[in-house]
Amino acid sequence: MDAQTLLNITQQLAVGLLDSCKIFLLTLLFSMPLGLLVTFGRMSKWAPLRFLAPKHLIEKLKLAQSAEGKAENLPLGTRFAGGFFFFKPIQFIIKVFIAILRGTPLMLQLFAVYYGPYYLFGIPITNEYRFTAVIIAFSINYAAYFAEIYRAGIESIPVGQYEAATVLGYNKVQTFLRIVFPQMCKRIMPPVTNETITLVKDTSFAFVISYPEMFTIAKQISAAKTTIMPLIIAGVFYFIFNGIVAFVMDKIEKKMNYYR
Amino acid sequence: MKLLEINHCNKKFGDNEVLKDISLSVEEGQVVSIIGPSGSGKSTLLRCATLLETMDGGDLIYLGEYAAKADETGKAVYGTKADLQKARQNFGLVFQNFNLFPHYSVLKNITEPPILIGKRPKDEVYAEARELLKKMGLAGKEDAYPYQLSGGQQQRVSIARALAMKPKILFFDEPTSALDPELTGEILQVIKELAAEHMTMVIVTHEMSFARDVSDHIIFMDGGVIVEEGEPKELINNPKQERTKAFLSRFQA
Repeated sequence: MDAQTLLNITQQLAVGLLDSCKIFLLTLLFSMPLGLLVTFGRMSKWAPLRFLAPKHLIEKLKLAQSAEGKAENLPLGTRFAGGFFFFKPIQFIIKVFIAILRGTPLMLQLFAVYYGPYYLFGIPITNEYRFTAVIIAFSINYAAYFAEIYRAGIESIPVGQYEAATVLGYNKVQTFLRIVFPQMCKRIMPPVTNETITLVKDTSFAFVISYPEMFTIAKQISAAKTTIMPLIIAGVFYFIFNGIVAFVMDKIEKKMNYYR
Repeated sequence: MKLLEINHCNKKFGDNEVLKDISLSVEEGQVVSIIGPSGSGKSTLLRCATLLETMDGGDLIYLGEYAAKADETGKAVYGTKADLQKARQNFGLVFQNFNLFPHYSVLKNITEPPILIGKRPKDEVYAEARELLKKMGLAGKEDAYPYQLSGGQQQRVSIARALAMKPKILFFDEPTSALDPELTGEILQVIKELAAEHMTMVIVTHEMSFARDVSDHIIFMDGGVIVEEGEPKELINNPKQERTKAFLSRFQA
């Protein structure tokens, strides 16, 4: 293979790389805040039927939560009644949402978002929709993962921090924004870096709906010219891309190291 | 004037009665110490007083205003969010584990609450905070972060943080239990100085000689009830109840 062809391939892949970058950045931009919303839903304790619960049931369940008894030791009827009256609809919906998004392949989710509108509502699939579908599928999928990371971060904040803030007069929003959120951000940096690096590589999944990002282009050239060179170059590009991502994340992590 | 009044406070965790019909009142300028074995309910009482825990029954009154009021059956009915927020402005709390905000500098730990919650002018709050730090022997530590300080220094910052809100009454929940004897001395000295300035304080502590020296009134609790209370020297040196005698028998001073 001559140098001119190689340069040509590299140029085409570089154009694809820009598209991969676009997917990467937009997915982060949408999934990170969306993940926070999902976390709030996942941690929601809203139980609208609680006020209908009979008093003796509340007493029994309270007792079960205290040191002596375990909830498992309760009679089946009490447990069902507890499950009914203390049903948390938002938490339940979000749990199902997370289970589906983590339990099915991202590739399948891409298909669902891309073809779904046509099969369900007969809306014709346009060429522009390809990119939108990629961003929607990636954002929702990553939001589910980020949500669980955020939850781990929030739950790791010692209860004393909440108590100190409460006694000083901070309301819930102030406590979250000023006390919990900043500390959460520091604690979740390592798993967030993990997800972010995975996302760089996952952008290649866009090829299943033929969105022309780097991997799709590499495969096309590779098939047309019967050479694996484009795939190797793409691999190098991904590697460098991730090197930069890891470097940036490390810088951010170090920046948060001013406290412990 | 009565700053704090608790009447017939009851509290259960499950079927475990932690507080049984506890009543106490704190006058302006008074220092009240609560002593007793672990699990006697003294910390829970403090947490009820500071609204971190809700009482099942009884009244909680700050400066004559009800934060919680017992209904006909004795059940504690709490005021609105705004009522409770107002009640919170009357007191400060110093925790056993300091609970400083680790991501804030010493100065920000002290200044953010009065500025954000107290809505007071920045310059004034900062000047006062520096003054407080000087008083706590922490001048020059303004820009340090909590992790860079010793336990004793952290506890002094947390006392300064509580004082910056200008509370009428200051609660201490075993303020020296996480500290070694040397650092304990530091903190007790600070509290003694506050007592000399007639700061109203309620102190849960295991430091008997300190409680005797600094308090105007000592309450001995065990098993969720007040077993004995009274004048410090009398109670510590000459307890009337058998349970108090047994508890204090290991303490010779």
